[in-house]
Amino acid sequence: MSDAKPIRKAFSWIWLAIGLLYFFIPLLATFLFSLRGKKGALSFVAYGHVFADPQFLKTFGFSLGMAACTVVAGLALIVPTAIWVYLKLPKAKPVIELLTLMPFVIPPIILAFGLIRTYSRPPFAWISSPAILVAGYVVISFPYIYKAVDAGLRSMDLRGLTEAAQSLGAGWPTLLFKVILPNLRTALLSALFLTFAIVVGELTLAVLLAWPAFGPYMALMGRNLAYEPAALAILSFGLTWGAIALMQALGEKH
Amino acid sequence: MDKLRIWRGPGLAWLGLAPFFLFAFAFMLLPAASILTGSFQDAAGALTLANFGHLLRPDILDSYWVTIKVSATTALLGGFLGFLIAYAISLGGLPKPLRAFMSTFSGVASNFAGVPLAFAFIATLGRVGLVTVLLRSVFGIELYDSGFNLYSFWGLTLAYTYFQIPLMVLIILPALDGMKKEWREASENLGASALQYWLHVGIPVLLPAILASLILLFGNAFGAYATAYALTGGLINLVPILIGAQIRGNVLHDAQLGYALAFGMVIVMAVTLLAYSWLQKLSSRWVK
Repeated sequence: MSDAKPIRKAFSWIWLAIGLLYFFIPLLATFLFSLRGKKGALSFVAYGHVFADPQFLKTFGFSLGMAACTVVAGLALIVPTAIWVYLKLPKAKPVIELLTLMPFVIPPIILAFGLIRTYSRPPFAWISSPAILVAGYVVISFPYIYKAVDAGLRSMDLRGLTEAAQSLGAGWPTLLFKVILPNLRTALLSALFLTFAIVVGELTLAVLLAWPAFGPYMALMGRNLAYEPAALAILSFGLTWGAIALMQALGEKH
Repeated sequence: MDKLRIWRGPGLAWLGLAPFFLFAFAFMLLPAASILTGSFQDAAGALTLANFGHLLRPDILDSYWVTIKVSATTALLGGFLGFLIAYAISLGGLPKPLRAFMSTFSGVASNFAGVPLAFAFIATLGRVGLVTVLLRSVFGIELYDSGFNLYSFWGLTLAYTYFQIPLMVLIILPALDGMKKEWREASENLGASALQYWLHVGIPVLLPAILASLILLFGNAFGAYATAYALTGGLINLVPILIGAQIRGNVLHDAQLGYALAFGMVIVMAVTLLAYSWLQKLSSRWVK
């Protein structure tokens, strides 16, 4: 049996169509809704309102900043750890894997609650510092960053590269910056884009730790306005789509 | 190589992992543990079991029930559709490029949760949403007269299903890829019907993977806060929403209740993860 039977193929198309409809109808509805800002005509006036709102730029800028800090801190923490595990301590791999998967068991709502309880009284009264928000975001991004870095390390011959570099007299800094990191470029970029996409629109930690971020701003708009939130949803979907498309494009190049 | 050997001491190599362990401890494990200890303390910090008494309050039991219902319904609905779509693009005989497209697509869609998703559903199924209006003008169906409300159980369920379907596609695809063509050929050569193939080969092989995926979907919905918050403004009686209300210090503020609720959630999530990894192990016997 080399080809699927025609009836099976027909059903396949039907299920695919249902899936695509489920996905696209809300998007189409949102897009049409976002064009209804002016009475009686379709227009991009709602988008104009969004961009004209100083709060939009302020909260979006804040979230972009937080995302940048998260990416830097997350990569600085996980990349050396993952390399170290590969080269020196393969038996620690299951432990690291388990820890980086833990955020799936500790949802952001629990994480926020725990961070508030742990860091709102002496000796560690740090809760009003944005560093705690970034730390929480790094935890949320653990699974994504680790998965990307791990895949990147697995796809290259790390041990061979290391031994070759060292036998040519390279020290650790040369090894890390001239050999390993350039080979990890694609993996690092994909971790970067995914983290950005997740952090920029994140709501739970930002709202519970009371930060003026983009997620809470969008939620607030949703309560007060009708068409601008739809425009925000389209913009934010475009951001995610763009980030992941970029990631895919970079991945295929290698 | 001598330089390397110095580091090969059993204790010293672990030292290289210290930054990661410290960070994970300080910002993940310690906060989570503080919720667990907090649920055994009263407001003054003394040891007590009284917090768990809250969990038996009718409104709290109800919130767990609603959360379980939403999570289970969306896991089943999303799991069912997601499985069929994954089947269609992997074994269903569709053109090859569709598969790559759909799996990228699922990656995007499963991340399309939270506030934007809530807005999308308001624009679709809200009182003036596209589908609501279409149903009225084309079919004469008044959606909101039939008891449907976007801001209650079914609305939330349909919205969650939006990210559950693509998540199912992503996690079940590897298992479907592991289904060998030879199994089907062999059973057909032996005269088995499609039904017999599924009953005796397909379903037994896939069952652990399907159950594991459903459990993951369940946990995914159980802990979700952002979509429900943005959609209902925090008005639906859902465990994550109730926990949020205890933290945000509004009129309902009761930290002790918050700890007990969070404790319950951590237990549910932990059971979820254990069941998932056990079933994963079972299914990896076949899927290599």
